[in-house]
Amino acid sequence: MIASLQIGLAALGRPVLQALAAVGRITLFALSIWSHLVRPPFYPREFLISLLQIGWFSLPMVGLTALFTGGALALQIYSGGSRFNAEAVVPSIVAIGMARELGPVLGGLMVAARVASSIAAEIGTMKVTEQIDALVTLSTNPLKFLAVPRVLAATLAVPVLVAVGDSIGIMGGWLVGITRLDFNSAVYIANTVDFLEFWDIASGLVKGAAFGFIVALMGCYFGMNSGRGAQGVGAATKSAVVTASIMILAANYLLTEAFFTS
Amino acid sequence: MITLSGVQKTFGENRVLRGIDLTIEKGESLVIIGGSGTGKSVLLKCVLGLVLPDSGTITLDGQDVTHADRDAFLARFGMLFQGGALFDSLRVWENVAFRLLRGAQKMPKRDAREIAVEKLRRVGLKPETADMFPAELSGGMQKRVGLARAIAAEPEIIFFDEPTTGLDPIMSGVINELIREIVHEMGATAMTITHDMTSVRAIADKVAMLHDGLIRWTGPVSEMDATPDPYVQQFIHGRATGPIESVR
Repeated sequence: MIASLQIGLAALGRPVLQALAAVGRITLFALSIWSHLVRPPFYPREFLISLLQIGWFSLPMVGLTALFTGGALALQIYSGGSRFNAEAVVPSIVAIGMARELGPVLGGLMVAARVASSIAAEIGTMKVTEQIDALVTLSTNPLKFLAVPRVLAATLAVPVLVAVGDSIGIMGGWLVGITRLDFNSAVYIANTVDFLEFWDIASGLVKGAAFGFIVALMGCYFGMNSGRGAQGVGAATKSAVVTASIMILAANYLLTEAFFTS
Repeated sequence: MITLSGVQKTFGENRVLRGIDLTIEKGESLVIIGGSGTGKSVLLKCVLGLVLPDSGTITLDGQDVTHADRDAFLARFGMLFQGGALFDSLRVWENVAFRLLRGAQKMPKRDAREIAVEKLRRVGLKPETADMFPAELSGGMQKRVGLARAIAAEPEIIFFDEPTTGLDPIMSGVINELIREIVHEMGATAMTITHDMTSVRAIADKVAMLHDGLIRWTGPVSEMDATPDPYVQQFIHGRATGPIESVR
């Protein structure tokens, strides 16, 4: 009886301990990146390449996501609002919804799918093919050379992507509003501008920076700890995307609590 | 001079190195032979500090490598990796000149490129290859680029990890000859790990046989064939029966 209880407790405790150990390792990894961020040598070329790959090349994906989301949001709010004659709130709610929640969260998740996977696969392959060891033998710290530029670039680029996504999402709502829902274009725009506050936009951008940091951090962490062979790289990529996505959603809730509850 | 004494390394249940004692004199070319999975790569990585030994000491010119200034220590080394380990995102010349474009030995881009092209020529590659990407090269060419990168900063000590694995016999011969010539003309200390006996005879001054985490035999290459050591004899003649189990 006691023995089976012990086995049960051990089965419960083992994954909890493993999860705590993983949290500890990721925290140490993040702290290590922060410390390297302010200590030379710096690699501006790698930073600019990362900025281009993470920011610029994610624009079409984030833009299209925002466009369709804004459009669908306008349709939903119109249909829901019509139940209590509140169709006029469509422009303001689309704007607030996009800026506060959907812009950063969907942008973050799309970037997680695109960027965390590619970073984890690239760094994982570099590990498997001994390129990380080669960096060390060439007196180059892999964390400084590979992780720091990517994490910095994602932290700076994702808020910009979120800002662009917000604008395109609001434009999607406007397009649907004036073509499908009989809104007057000038009135729609005036309502959007009047009801949108500075903090609605700023909070979304701060979230974007946090999500960008999470995405690149997870990509680098799982890439650098990738197992051997194609299977190891595949598992690292999957873990990077899944963990980044869950952490984005959890961080979004915590940041919303911090920003909007008083 | 590199000295290893009592170096041990365990991964989980697997005792890979069980107490390695080995000396490599300055300017000497040591080749470590042994079957796959006997810990040759781990030994090499221990010297470079890529893997930390559990116990024992490794010294370079009397200084403990684990306590030395890492950058200054690694600046004295060049390494040719088994698969080349070239950086896919960089052009061939940027790979070769990697160390010359960054860190303490940083020099202007044009000078670094000139040195890279010269080193590529030294390993038998045309200047046109300098602007190609590693993925555009054959396996043999990638090995040569790896060799050019290993010697680009004129290191005092060069490590070669399975330099001929995956190459055809002729290309293996070319790489062996290049290694021999380069090590000789640079006066460098070389440590090679391989299980290719042609390489051993072409490159080695001294041979060490690693088996089951221990150095079983060490001596000049000229004495290798005559040694009565059963491990060495089985290995160099590729016999399926003997003290080394054929199924690992």
